[in-house]
Amino acid sequence: MASIEVRNVRKNFGIVSVLHGVDLSIANGEFVVLVGPSGCGKSTLLRMIAGLEEVTEGEIRIDGMRVNERAPKDRDIAMVFQSYALYPHMNVAENMSYGLRIRKAAREKITAAVSNAARKLELQPLLARRPKALSGGQRQRVAMGRAIVRQPKAFLFDEPLSNLDARLREQMRAEIKKLHRDLGATSIYVTHDQIEAMTLADRIVAMHEGVVQQVGSPLELYDRPANLFVAGFIGSPAMNFLSARYEVGAGTAGARLPDGTLIGLSSGYQLEEGAAVTLGIRPEHVEMSPASESSLRATVDLIEPTGFGIILHLGLHGLPFNVFTLDRAALTAGPTVTVAFPPQHLHLFDETGKRALESSLQKGKG
Amino acid sequence: MNSYSTFGTALHRVAILCYVLFALFPLFWLLKVSVTPNDLLYSEGVRMWPSRMSFEHFRFVLAHSAFPVFFRNSMIVAGATAVIVTLLASLSGYALSRFTFRGKYWLVALMLLTQMFPLVMLVAPIFKMLSPLGLTNSLTGLVVVYTAFNIPFATFLMQSFFDGIPKELEEAAKIDGATQFMAFRQIVLPLTLPGIAATLGFVFTAAWSELLFALMLISGNSAATFPVGLLTFVSKFSVDFGQMMAAGVLALIPACLFFLFIQRYLVQGLTAGAVKG
Repeated sequence: MASIEVRNVRKNFGIVSVLHGVDLSIANGEFVVLVGPSGCGKSTLLRMIAGLEEVTEGEIRIDGMRVNERAPKDRDIAMVFQSYALYPHMNVAENMSYGLRIRKAAREKITAAVSNAARKLELQPLLARRPKALSGGQRQRVAMGRAIVRQPKAFLFDEPLSNLDARLREQMRAEIKKLHRDLGATSIYVTHDQIEAMTLADRIVAMHEGVVQQVGSPLELYDRPANLFVAGFIGSPAMNFLSARYEVGAGTAGARLPDGTLIGLSSGYQLEEGAAVTLGIRPEHVEMSPASESSLRATVDLIEPTGFGIILHLGLHGLPFNVFTLDRAALTAGPTVTVAFPPQHLHLFDETGKRALESSLQKGKG
Repeated sequence: MNSYSTFGTALHRVAILCYVLFALFPLFWLLKVSVTPNDLLYSEGVRMWPSRMSFEHFRFVLAHSAFPVFFRNSMIVAGATAVIVTLLASLSGYALSRFTFRGKYWLVALMLLTQMFPLVMLVAPIFKMLSPLGLTNSLTGLVVVYTAFNIPFATFLMQSFFDGIPKELEEAAKIDGATQFMAFRQIVLPLTLPGIAATLGFVFTAAWSELLFALMLISGNSAATFPVGLLTFVSKFSVDFGQMMAAGVLALIPACLFFLFIQRYLVQGLTAGAVKG
């Protein structure tokens, strides 16, 4: 087990820069998820930690030791690939023991480690099979087994569940979490799936275009997204955004929509009067309400029942707007509905897309 | 729909059969002439099989001609060329497939260039080069020339096989604790056996049947290879078709044995299951 430090790491591929100075420190035994859309640099960062990509600038430390110049084999880490990368000419037991065999471990130790890992992952009946005779889920398990037999300092996962179907993915997700609980190993997990990130992580690192956008616990990212990118990326269905202007009065603050509706805010913000802002609200926080002064009328475009709840696709001033509700009455919603935004669930972002800083309301002009 | 697909399959099979017959017919004719006695060769007209079979041509070729020597020479030259080329092409093909290095583009362009002009142009300069080195009239000289000419194509062939092996396999091996070379030897090489077999087969056949350089660089029987030897059956006034064909049939045997030996490695699908495809 080990801690991992990433200090001001940059990566260029030729003239293309994909990571622009990433800082990250991962504590011993922590489960950190790197999440972001394709091309955000999360896999590149993981591969740099593994030693599969060179570090252009900056420093990576494992257990306090600088590893920039070390070959992957000397970093004592294990990696699970998206494609599993099982050795096709070796059976399951050979695949799992390869790392120990080339390190010339004692035969009894290898047998014990393999059978121990096989028991944990329920692979015992498959040990003599070749990878091509395994299902996707089984291959995934073997890839995990290969990682755990060596008891490395850290586990790196590169989108390990992307190739599985939805049900299997959920099952494996739970198994990975259980495995981490049992082994307590430092783990870095790359995914573009925010549900995986939310469910697995002790801490999430949200990345976009080679820059870390926010680091925090899953609920921190959900409750207080640092900017528009994180707000839009975390949560499904995604957060709704509305353009507005910030207004502040005596003891009140609000956001004025282009149609003139004033949406009340629960606190003041460190913003100029009349500043352009983006108002964000999650679909699950929107209330379907009877018409009132601060409610808005929206047209219903589409109703999607998910079984658990209902997603309403609305049009608000011609812009798409989603509502998620558990109330089945929404299934029979008419051509228009009225929606209201509870102030405590509103997110306000300034012109640059950053989360607006809150301030006390008294500061407002009289 | 069903009857249509059955009909389509039948048509497909018939087309393949026709092609196979067409391709194998010259070989059949070779065999037929080789067992036709001399007196029937011109007297029976065109027949699919002679009315009387005889192995006199084979007996003559094996006992009274220099053919055993030609065979031995051909085996040495083709075998050595195949092994050396495959070894070098594996290394260069791997490098082209996996590494980026300075001048890679120009190296590939240069190798492609060597494949673009007729070899006849090079016979004289090569003779001029090999002569002072004492490599004319020697099997070593032939091996050197064949190796040089086969490496570019074999490299491209091997490169395409290496390209087909997922990079992640090597990366996984490296993380498991292997060096670059160990990953190559223990993971990549076993998976490239079909490619190696194909390259061996290709180069062996090419060297086995090469005539131009063998004819130009070799004089006399002691270092002649089998294609050159075949020409000894053509004299000024006649061609010994029976003996020539018998020699031809015998020359097919090593090539057939060679392919029989490597064919199990030629079977594809060895990499199935490595990565999600």
